[in-house]
Amino acid sequence: MQLPASAKEIDTRTTGLRATRPAAASHARLWKLVGLILTLIVAYLLPLGLSNYQAFEFTQVFIYAIALLGLNILIGFNGQFSLGHGAFYALGAYTTAIMTTRWDIPYGWTIIVAGVLCLIAGFLFGLPALRFEGLYLALATFALALSTPQILKYFDNWTGGSQGIVLDKPSVPLGLPINADQYLYYLTLTVLLLLFLLAWNLLRGRVGRAMMAIRDNPIAAEAMGVNNALYKSLTFGVSAMYTGIAGSLGALAVAFVAPDTFNAFLSINFLVGSVVGGIASIIGALFGAAFIEFVPIYAQEISRAAPWAIFGVVLILFMYVMPTGVAGLLHRVLERLTRRPSKESSADNVVATSPAPADPGASSPARAASGKHE
Amino acid sequence: MAANDVILAIRDLTVRFSGIVALDGVEFDVERGKIVGLIGPNGAGKTTLFNCLSRLYTPERGQILFEGHSLLTFPRHKIAKLGISRTFQNLALFPTMTVLENVMLGAHSRTKTGFFRHALRLPPVAKEERFIRDVAMESITLLGLEHLADHLASGLPYGTLKRIEFARALAGAPKLLLLDEPAGGLNHEEVFQLASLIQQVRERLKLTILLVEHHMNMVMQISDKVVVLDFGRKIAEGRPSEVQRDPEVIRAYLGDRI
Ligand SMILES: Nc1ncnc2c1ncn2[C@@H]1O[C@H](COP(=O)(O)OP(=O)(O)OP(=O)(O)O)[C@@H](O)[C@H]1O
Ligand SMILES: [Mg+2]
Repeated sequence: MQLPASAKEIDTRTTGLRATRPAAASHARLWKLVGLILTLIVAYLLPLGLSNYQAFEFTQVFIYAIALLGLNILIGFNGQFSLGHGAFYALGAYTTAIMTTRWDIPYGWTIIVAGVLCLIAGFLFGLPALRFEGLYLALATFALALSTPQILKYFDNWTGGSQGIVLDKPSVPLGLPINADQYLYYLTLTVLLLLFLLAWNLLRGRVGRAMMAIRDNPIAAEAMGVNNALYKSLTFGVSAMYTGIAGSLGALAVAFVAPDTFNAFLSINFLVGSVVGGIASIIGALFGAAFIEFVPIYAQEISRAAPWAIFGVVLILFMYVMPTGVAGLLHRVLERLTRRPSKESSADNVVATSPAPADPGASSPARAASGKHE
Repeated sequence: MAANDVILAIRDLTVRFSGIVALDGVEFDVERGKIVGLIGPNGAGKTTLFNCLSRLYTPERGQILFEGHSLLTFPRHKIAKLGISRTFQNLALFPTMTVLENVMLGAHSRTKTGFFRHALRLPPVAKEERFIRDVAMESITLLGLEHLADHLASGLPYGTLKRIEFARALAGAPKLLLLDEPAGGLNHEEVFQLASLIQQVRERLKLTILLVEHHMNMVMQISDKVVVLDFGRKIAEGRPSEVQRDPEVIRAYLGDRI
């Protein structure tokens, strides 16, 4: 523990360290980059070989993925729970439905407005939510989910009551040689890529570290100078914004909104997707979305009588085989392939080593921090 | 530096927890650049005093002046930026993050880019990230933790975790460093090394240190001044040699046995 004699010595040690690492790390980065580029090429060529219905299914996956990413940012990276994100999905959906049908506002703008509205709504909801922790927050948000359909019906001169609102499907712009379903596919895919990039930026730096620090140990985070209240409310806002944009796109894709599609089950479904995909992961949102889109459909094909029983069995199997979600498994496989000895520091890697603590609010480090006294 | 440059002044500090008085009218000064040992038997109120400085507890009575400003007017998250860093007696690391990331959090208070600029990765972000990483690596190197930089800050020996906290506190470039039992989990040889490390860090970084430690030899060896608490009251204050001979201090420590 002797101090190095001079600053110069510090430098050589530091660079010495960096020199020993990169081989494996850059190897992994290369793999990831190649994987990403290939995936993108496939994703952009795919609709040309799909039926309209299949293209629609993938569109739905992308939409869910955006919603789930919002949830992952909140639960996985910040340790706040929500069983009520269906409400923000609904807010985004109705924003677009009302703005396009009533005021003839181009749908592109309504997506942005939906995002901003949900950002504000989420931030405001996040403020009182600061008082709740862990399971209590889950219950408070669940109350939001339960009341959403009723609230929508209550404001029926805006929302059309239980009849809902029928939207126009966005028409293909610029005379592109694709059909409306393919266009929606490309639209949602592009929005998804943009939002995933923003999330990756947000999570891999100072802000992301502070969010995770709050999740791991709120008292220590605050002692480091993190403004917990502000970060948690803003994270709630960002999370709601993602889910709201997904809702807006969902309204466009389905071309119809009605209160009962935004019931509590939707919120729970989001949570399922989030956990299955890998809760503290960006890419996990895509796997989770595929799960909640496709597994119910296949379950229906296997058994018309009891599709949810089959869904449940598949879900349990998934959690058994991949307790840290698909992203966690993927991360471990990638790590083995590139044989890295230790964890590298990046937002996406947290997932493999440890999912968010089940009860972040009341986790023991928080108590340890204030001394030994409970 | 003036001989009497007081960086931290504690006045009449009183904290009560349902029935017990954890701190009872405690008063003392910490002079800039000094190492002040804060000792006392278990439950004397040492950690409680640290928690007041971190604003985790709000005292019932009293004042805490840091460089002339009342700390009690600042919220918790502003304390680090004022120049006060701490370590925790029972560890408060971020266990799912790497050692490097933990220490990088230490520099959070020295940087300011927020959600918007990070999401768009605007130019100041890269610059700040580089700064944070450099500061953290320097601090990690100082504590001899380079080989663990990418290791998770969990599942490591207790003494190592304590050192990670030390590194994290240093990354905040504090003026005043609060160390709560830094020698916990160390063997005799390591305690000796830690003592000289603390002295060197003080010299090199021009720090003021408030040190809580049960390791009496270490405290007496490196402190310029020692403050003794017992049942929340200050019972002695002075140079190590004086305090060691103080009858009240001897009674507090050996009380049950006399
Ligand atoms: N949050 C709290 N709630 C109730 N009592 C508390 C709390 N924090 C501290 N105390 C009590 O205050 C007294 C002082 O505790 P403190 O932790 O400050 O002692 P300490 O000097 O740090 O002891 P040690 O050397 O064992 O760490 C003890 O009696 C303790 O039980
Ligand atoms: Mg203590």
